[in-house]
Amino acid sequence: MPLGGVIFIVIFIALFGAFLLWVASKTGGKPVYNTIKYEPYECGLPSVEKKDTKVSVKYYLTAILFILFDIEIIFMYPWAISFRDFISTGGGAFVFISMMVFIAIFIFGLFWEVKSKALEWD
Amino acid sequence: MGMGKDIFEITVNGLKLVVIFLMMVQAVPILVWLERRGSAFIQNRLGPNRVGPLGLMQLLADAVKFLTKENFVPDTAKPLLYYAAPVFALIPGAVAFSAIPMSTPIQIGVFEMFGQSWGPYTFLVQGYDIGVGIVFILGVSSLAAYTLLMAGWGSGNKYSLMGALRASAQTISYELALGLSIVGVIMMYGTFNLTDMTMMQQGPLNFSFMGYTVSSPYLPNWGIFFQPLAALLFFTTTFAESNRLPFDLAEGESELVAGFHTEYGGFKFNMFFIGEYGHMMIASGLMALFFFGGFGIPFVSVVELQEWAAGVTATATGASALVAGLHFLSFMVKFSFFLWVFIWVRWTLPRFRYDQLMDFGWKTLLPWALANTILTAFIIYAASL
Repeated sequence: MPLGGVIFIVIFIALFGAFLLWVASKTGGKPVYNTIKYEPYECGLPSVEKKDTKVSVKYYLTAILFILFDIEIIFMYPWAISFRDFISTGGGAFVFISMMVFIAIFIFGLFWEVKSKALEWD
Repeated sequence: MGMGKDIFEITVNGLKLVVIFLMMVQAVPILVWLERRGSAFIQNRLGPNRVGPLGLMQLLADAVKFLTKENFVPDTAKPLLYYAAPVFALIPGAVAFSAIPMSTPIQIGVFEMFGQSWGPYTFLVQGYDIGVGIVFILGVSSLAAYTLLMAGWGSGNKYSLMGALRASAQTISYELALGLSIVGVIMMYGTFNLTDMTMMQQGPLNFSFMGYTVSSPYLPNWGIFFQPLAALLFFTTTFAESNRLPFDLAEGESELVAGFHTEYGGFKFNMFFIGEYGHMMIASGLMALFFFGGFGIPFVSVVELQEWAAGVTATATGASALVAGLHFLSFMVKFSFFLWVFIWVRWTLPRFRYDQLMDFGWKTLLPWALANTILTAFIIYAASL
């Protein structure tokens, strides 16, 4: 059960990082406030766009497609790990063919996705 | 919770985790120096050579400079997210790297301390041994996408936001090919456990298929000879995962100033850098582990080395420490080589365009990874007939 170790190191790194930031803020020079200096970076010009800039909807589409395909890939992991066990107990043909059907659906989905231009960036 | 049976074991296991983390943090300045000297060597320049011998003191000078930078937060930033992002950037790399086995365990016999007898211990040369090692590492290291989004959204700057969106879209797109290229490897080894995988790569090359057996005493039994395509796909996708050239669209200077860390300077910037190098280290470690025998020494099996060490040293503790040390050295050689390849590629290849990057991930790497999975399944099935 390595859970204790994981929790310990996460807490340790969070505290360590926060401590580093605190030290760096103490050793650094005293900041002098100036409205222009504290604007978001914009190559010296006045900011024309606000912080909530509109972004391409393609990112959202990519995220949705990722979730779909990632879940399909996750289903392959238990299959991959038990494949040899199934072969040794005589169920090899069944497991192999059923996964090939699954992968055929996966490939169909990928083709459909490419065909519907969901991955075209302009 | 599961860190050991008494106070000594818990303390050592805790210290071990801290040491692994600090080792990662300490490796970063050395890698930065190597990167600057290496890039200079590749581009026929000199690189940093003024501060100390070979410019090695440049590391200290950089650290002092990072510490003396004033603390800057833009007015539009959301302070909580802005400060939390660099701290969280350290976590995924270190947590995932701790799960990589770096050597054989060290056995410590019964000894006396503080007027008490302390039982025999077995200490692994890794942070923690997780049964489903691969799934854990892939899961934890992909949490880095949240760090990027926190930094991009928290900075309140449109360049940061765009860089963060690009970086996260790229990371998740390449994660598909990354996850799928591993399926063939898992099928071949039949386990998720990283130590078991290493032990399967011991001895000379031995491959049997449909009654024919191919074996060579001159080649080690490494995964690369069984899964060459998976090795190539895996290594390519890890470049995108760690936002390195030729896939560093997240910080395309000519378009986005510096991407998600535009508003970060001083130590906060340095912590993002440590996170990026942490990802490189995970990738190099996994590359050595899956395809190049992990901590195994070619042509010398662990059992042979243990027998040799038992003859050299007097105690069982010393023998196991000697074996562990030699295996650790072997792992470090492979690990450093892949880290150097990361630097080498960065200064050799130009950057992709964003649509090319997405096309490459979805339409080239993903189908090839699928083909590798089908082919591996077919060969394993055919070999059993």
